[in-house]
Amino acid sequence: MTSPSGFTLPARLLHWSMAALILAMLLIGAAMVTSLGEYHALVSLHRPLGILILALALLRLAYRRRHAPPPLPADLPRWQQRAAHASHLALYGLMLALPLVGWAMLSAARYPVALVGPLVLPPILPGSPMLYAGLRVLHTVLAYALFGVILAHLGAALMHGLIRRDGVFASMAPWRPRAERQQG
Amino acid sequence: MSLLNDLTGAPPGLTGRALLSRLAAIGAVLAGAAGTFAYAGGWLSPGALTPARVVDRFEEVNGPHPGFRRNHAKGLCVVGSFAASGAGARLSRAGVFADGRVTPVEGRVALAGGQPYAADAGTTVRSLALRFRLPDGEEWRTGMNDIPVFPVRTPEALTEQLLAARPDPATGQPDPGRLHAFFAAHPESAAAAALIKARAITSGFADSTYWSLNAFRFVASDGRATPVRFAYLPDRPAAPEHGAPEAGADKNFLFDDLAAALRRDTLRWHLVVTLGWPGDPTDDATKPWPADRETVDAGTLTLTGAAPEAAGNCRDINFDPLVLPDGIAPSDDPLLSARSAAYSQSFTRRAGEEKSPSAVTGTPHHGAAL
Repeated sequence: MTSPSGFTLPARLLHWSMAALILAMLLIGAAMVTSLGEYHALVSLHRPLGILILALALLRLAYRRRHAPPPLPADLPRWQQRAAHASHLALYGLMLALPLVGWAMLSAARYPVALVGPLVLPPILPGSPMLYAGLRVLHTVLAYALFGVILAHLGAALMHGLIRRDGVFASMAPWRPRAERQQG
Repeated sequence: MSLLNDLTGAPPGLTGRALLSRLAAIGAVLAGAAGTFAYAGGWLSPGALTPARVVDRFEEVNGPHPGFRRNHAKGLCVVGSFAASGAGARLSRAGVFADGRVTPVEGRVALAGGQPYAADAGTTVRSLALRFRLPDGEEWRTGMNDIPVFPVRTPEALTEQLLAARPDPATGQPDPGRLHAFFAAHPESAAAAALIKARAITSGFADSTYWSLNAFRFVASDGRATPVRFAYLPDRPAAPEHGAPEAGADKNFLFDDLAAALRRDTLRWHLVVTLGWPGDPTDDATKPWPADRETVDAGTLTLTGAAPEAAGNCRDINFDPLVLPDGIAPSDDPLLSARSAAYSQSFTRRAGEEKSPSAVTGTPHHGAAL
């Protein structure tokens, strides 16, 4: 169902749906903290989307354990291999940490973590204003960090796709690789 | 060009020109992404009113009072419960209105303004904030005032009004010229101010009526939505306001009176819900609704005790009026989202600050000793 060197279809679906969700989430987050009129609508979207991203990130990690990603090209310089490895660790860590810190900070502030309709998640931390204040800052710092890592990831992916043309971009491309299309 | 090819790992076949234009395209994509983020975060519109600027304005007018709310800074915690009459259940599917349901409530009474140590005054706007804890983690939080309408229609007008009403350090009074200019620019606020000034001021927190000010929507089990405003009407007959307090009198007499009343007995209010008709303003809290609108007595709030603000009680709760259970929804009133945003900003700031004890202890400091 995929070329030997590409990501599987479920892996690509998870990647691209999460890419859209996370980018939307970062924009919503940045917009809501400076908005008066749209604040409530954006916050009401931010909470359930965050929990959805957490669930998808866990699903994706579980899937990745059973389906190893294709190897990087052997001729890729060592430092780039290391950077690729580190940035993926950071991406997965932040995908999990941001929703968890958000959930924890709302718990510490004793806000109900309302998702949709009457559905409310239980608190995962006891109420504490100081703890909330610290986690609230951490949430922002991690969000900027995630945006930074995503820019680096995007830049590197485009370098692979447009300049190196070494199959790394094609392995995760939302469309099927050309070789495979010809075979199929 | 081979150096650039080596650096980027481009295959030798890619010409220098093609390589540069592709690098430029990648740069443009990254710059576009960063620019979109900056736009969303408001960096490209530095003049816009933000939650932080609203709270900055409160701090500018009131001075720094770390650890306290930026508005309604002086308060006292209360506890009690809400017993539904069942009459609200046809309007809203929120569990709090189910016939016979008793919901635990914690709350806070406070005086408007950002001065936590100001002396109580009869004419200062009084507030009642409540937090209903429903089963399964749902909550209803609400903050109400003892005024029939709100003084401004929009958050922008609120920040203008704060500045216009700021007391002149020389006279201790607002500059009449600035107030006049504000009311001239905001006739809706002038009309609201007249209604607020004409209200009957009662003897204290215990016999005050507290209005929701903003409109909400009650959503029934069948999805039908009704525009509503609501108010808590005291069981206790309204007694007229005390005269001006004597020199040396209890500076916290309003709070201490309430605490004393709650030591003697419970206090009750009825939640009276007013049903709006099509065309009644839901997006303008300065305008009253016609007096003949149908009302529903949705239940009884009973306050049973009071306690000074302390760690873990009402001090650490943000009474955000948009923390709503399923069955109560915001109206199109622009103040609601703005209140939610500004309260959140105020809460976040004070959460991280060192706390000082409240001036209100629930027992009189001067005179009036029992």
